[in-house]
Order: sequence, then C-alpha cells, then structure tokens
Amino acid sequence: MSTNKFSNPVVRWIDHRLPIFSFMDHELNEYPTPKNLNYFWNFGSLAGISLVIMIVTGIVLAMSYTPHVDHAFQSVERIMRDVNHGWLIRYIHMNGASFFFIVVFIHIFRGLYYGSYKAPRELLWILGVLILLLMMATAFMGYVLPWGQMSFWGATVITNLFSAIPLVGDSIVTMLWGGFSVDNPTLNRFFALHYLMPFLIVGVVILHLVALHRFGSNNPIGIDPSGPQDTVPFHPYYTIKDFFGLSVFLSLFAAAIFFFPNFMGHPDNYIPANPMQTPAHIVPEWYFLPFYAILRAVPDKLGGVLAMFGAIAVLFILPWLDRSPIRSGNFRPIFRIFFWVFAADCVALGYLGGMPAEGIYVVLSRVATAWYFLHFLVILPLLSVIETPKPLPQSLSKSVLGGTAMVGAASAVKEKI
Amino acid sequence: MVKKNTVKKESNEEQRGRRDFIVVASYAMAGIGAAAVAWPLIDQMNPAADTLALASIEVDISKIEVGQAITVKWRGKPVFIKHRTEDEINSAQSVELSQLKDPQADVERVINPQFLVMVGVCTHLGCVPLGQKTGEIRGEYDGWFCPCHGSHYDSSGRIRKGPAPLNLEIPPYQFASNSLIKIG
Repeated sequence: MSTNKFSNPVVRWIDHRLPIFSFMDHELNEYPTPKNLNYFWNFGSLAGISLVIMIVTGIVLAMSYTPHVDHAFQSVERIMRDVNHGWLIRYIHMNGASFFFIVVFIHIFRGLYYGSYKAPRELLWILGVLILLLMMATAFMGYVLPWGQMSFWGATVITNLFSAIPLVGDSIVTMLWGGFSVDNPTLNRFFALHYLMPFLIVGVVILHLVALHRFGSNNPIGIDPSGPQDTVPFHPYYTIKDFFGLSVFLSLFAAAIFFFPNFMGHPDNYIPANPMQTPAHIVPEWYFLPFYAILRAVPDKLGGVLAMFGAIAVLFILPWLDRSPIRSGNFRPIFRIFFWVFAADCVALGYLGGMPAEGIYVVLSRVATAWYFLHFLVILPLLSVIETPKPLPQSLSKSVLGGTAMVGAASAVKEKI
Repeated sequence: MVKKNTVKKESNEEQRGRRDFIVVASYAMAGIGAAAVAWPLIDQMNPAADTLALASIEVDISKIEVGQAITVKWRGKPVFIKHRTEDEINSAQSVELSQLKDPQADVERVINPQFLVMVGVCTHLGCVPLGQKTGEIRGEYDGWFCPCHGSHYDSSGRIRKGPAPLNLEIPPYQFASNSLIKIG
C-alpha cells in the first residue's frame, strides 16, 4: 500500500512482506501529534529511555553478580572495585532507578493535571498504573540484591506485609521466603524475578504505546485536534524536542552518577546483611516513602497494608472518580487548586515517610494520608459536579496562535510536509 | 534593490551549507557519544582487576624427581612441568626440524633442558592431553597423547601426528631460583 514511499529497493522488498518500515514511518515519523505539547510531554519518552538504560546496565551487571547470601555483597563490591568500569555501570543502574521514578512521577502528575486519564484514554492510564506497580516490585527486588543491611531488612519488612492477610498470611510469607526467614532461597528468586520483570514492563509499555497511538497524545488544552491543522508530524518536530529534553535529562543523570552517586541511597546498605541485628532506623528508598508513610499512618497491621495498596489501587479507578468532561486543569479553576494541594500532600507524605514514626510525625502522616484518599474519593467526584469550568478554546490552533493568523500558519506547515 | 536580492540569495545558500554542517556534526557527536557509552558496557567483559591479579603463580620444582611430572593450575588452565630424563632430552634434541609439523628446536622450548614447562591444553580443540601420570598413554612419540581426537606430542611437547596444528604452548615463565619458577 504505502510501500512506494521508500526509495531503497531492499527496504521496499522487505516492507512488502514485513511492513515494519511502514509501521515505523507511520508511528514515529508521520504520526500526527498535537502541536501545542509542552515539555511535560517529554517524560513519556524519557521513561522509555530510562527503562532501556536499566535493562542494558542490568544485564551487564548480572554478568558479574552472584545471587548467593555468602557472595552477593562481595560480588557487588567486586563490581565496584575490580570489574572494568563496574563502578560506572552500577552507579548508572543504582541512580537510574531513582531517575526512572522521578521521570515516571512527573509523567503521572502530568497526566493527573491535564486529565490524560479521561475518555478515551482510560485503558492507557490503567496500563500506566500497572507499569508503576511492576516498577515498584522490580525496584524493591533490585534493592535486595546487594545484600546489605537495608536490602535484608527491607526485604524482611516488605515481605512481612503479606502476613497481614487473614488466615493464609503466614503461609504466603513462608512461600515468598522459601523458608522461615529471608535467606538464600529468597535472594535467588528475587534475582530471577528482578531479571524477569523489566521484560514484563516492556510488554506493558508496548500495550501502553498501542493504546496511546489509538487516539494520540492528550495536550495542555485537553481538547481533541480538530484536523491536520492542529497537528504536526512527530518527526522532526517532537523527535527533536524529545532529544533536547533527553540531553537535559542525561546531563542531570550524569551529574548524579559522577558527583553524588550515593546521595539517593542509604549508607547502611554498605554494611553486609546481618539477620541478627536490625539497623536503628530503617527507611525504604525515597520513591517508596509516600507509600511507606501511608502504611505507618494506619494503627492497624491489615489496615495499613490495605491503605498502602489502596493508594495505588485508587489510581486504577481514577477515570471513573473524576467525572468532569474537561480534561485540562487549565480550565478547571477549583480543580487546579486541589491539584496543587494534592501534589503538596504527596511531597509531605514522602517527607513524613522518611521521618521516625513518633510524635507529631504520626499525626501529620494521618492527616496527609486522609487527604490523599479524600482527594480521590470525595473531592474529585464532587468537583466534577459543582465546578464551573472556564470556556474552552475552539481549537488547538486558535489557542496556540490566536485569531485568524492561524489559518495561514497552519497551511504553511502543511506545505512543508 | 537588486543588489539586496542577490545578497539574500547568497546567504540562503550559505545557510543551507551551515545547516548541513550542523546536521553532520550532530550525527558525528551522537555517534561518538554512543561509542563512548558502549565501550564500558563491552569492556566490562574483559578480565577484572582481581582476575588479572591472579595471573601469575610460583611453583617449587625441587620435589620433582627425574622422569616425574606435575600439573599446576595457572589462569584456570593446567600447566605441565616435566623433569625430563636424559633419554627424553636427547630424543627431543635429535629430531630433525624437517620432520616437524610446527618446526621448533627443543632448545627454543626450554630455559633449563631438564625442565619442560608448557600449557597442557591440546592446540586442536582444548582438551588436556594424557601422559602426565605413570601408566597413562603417552602416544607414539613418548610424550603426550590427546584422547579427544588423537594428537601425538613428543617429549618436547611438539605436535607429531594428529589434527592439532601447533606445538603445546610454552607459557611465559622464569626461574626465580634453581628450585622455584614463576609462571606468568
């Protein structure tokens, strides 16, 4: 069909039989994209690149890592000291996890503000939440592998969450451990699963992209493009924009790797795991802190675990909690205020999760946790009924260019294509 | 007016040249960057510092009787150290080079003719030849015999018959003293 657009005869021959080039051309080159995307739309591609960086460095690290309680810690130290460029590769992987979460959190908050979860993108959003869950599981198991004190006690605490399940909880935990405590069988299976799960993430990412390309990207205005005059081809307009964002991202990433590689880690994890002694103050990695705060805020074992998982679960049903037909927060004056309050609430939870569970911190954690759920379960449904949105622009072009100038400009773009 | 137009045209062409230059330079930088990133990922497969640190060993040869041989492990491979008898030395030295598949005089293969030191890995496909222990098959040339594909080595460890292309490899070594050699 569109085979003729390739001048190279080999490409034409292949494409006729396996339309991979047509597919790439369609999805990465001519793919019509709203022309008003801002830099918050860079974070999807950044997340994808982060995933690739993690998989590549992870496979390389696995070549020198030994998943055994007697050797794991030393094999990681050997990577740091003896393996050629091992320190660099490990620091990329270690900080890569943090940067991956930074990127994904910004990506999620972008979606929350601009209503990217609303029809017809509900499944796109749900797949994204699924990716977040898989990422959390992968990151948790990866943190266990160096077999330091934080690895061991993190593994102990997180696996013990499942003991809160009534009746079968203890049996489940024993099964997760493959024994009666976190030990060699646990480390072995965590390594196997840590290696497997990124590829599951790749699978869900592909579904995420298929769902994305069904209706195309949402945009800061939140209204659908009304025609070709509202879109530009993905290449070169957004490839170059993504590359620019990537270069900024990589600069920050490199700065972290080379100048403060252990800033986001915890020094206790450079002490080999000791099943006989828990460190005085154990905290998870920073990206789990908000959820950790929610866990600790509830003064009941099962309740805390349910609240923590509920904090993610509520994201799955978000498209049906926020019933407002207006996507973009730009046109929802009250939502906009509550969005920022919610963002502050998440940051507060992150801070509180890193503080000791005593005194004022407990009270504040409970308030922040209550607000988290209040936002989703009460405020958003209520706002969709009572809020009066601002008038929407008639089209993306109008909002970008204003007035009649847009017609000429849009056709100029079209001629270039 | 006319002059102005020509100036503009020239600058357009100039711009085109500049743009091409920027594009090519950008691709070149991206290529260099990709190579710089790829290198650590590939180089990590080379031997690590601790592996290299184990690349030399010392062996006491004073306990090896005449006619006896020992096998030591060096870089994960067996190294044969043979205290040769007079007969073996003589037969190794008297072979015409023209009879050899991989011509090399015995004197080139030893530091002290009494002690033959060589890597005990068949140059065909890497098996360990027999002939170190008493009672093992030593091949048709009274040296070593590889059981995998039937290569015969003589008392100097040179290939005489069979599919192996080269003589058994001589590792870098030196005599630290009369009774101690350092391999690697």
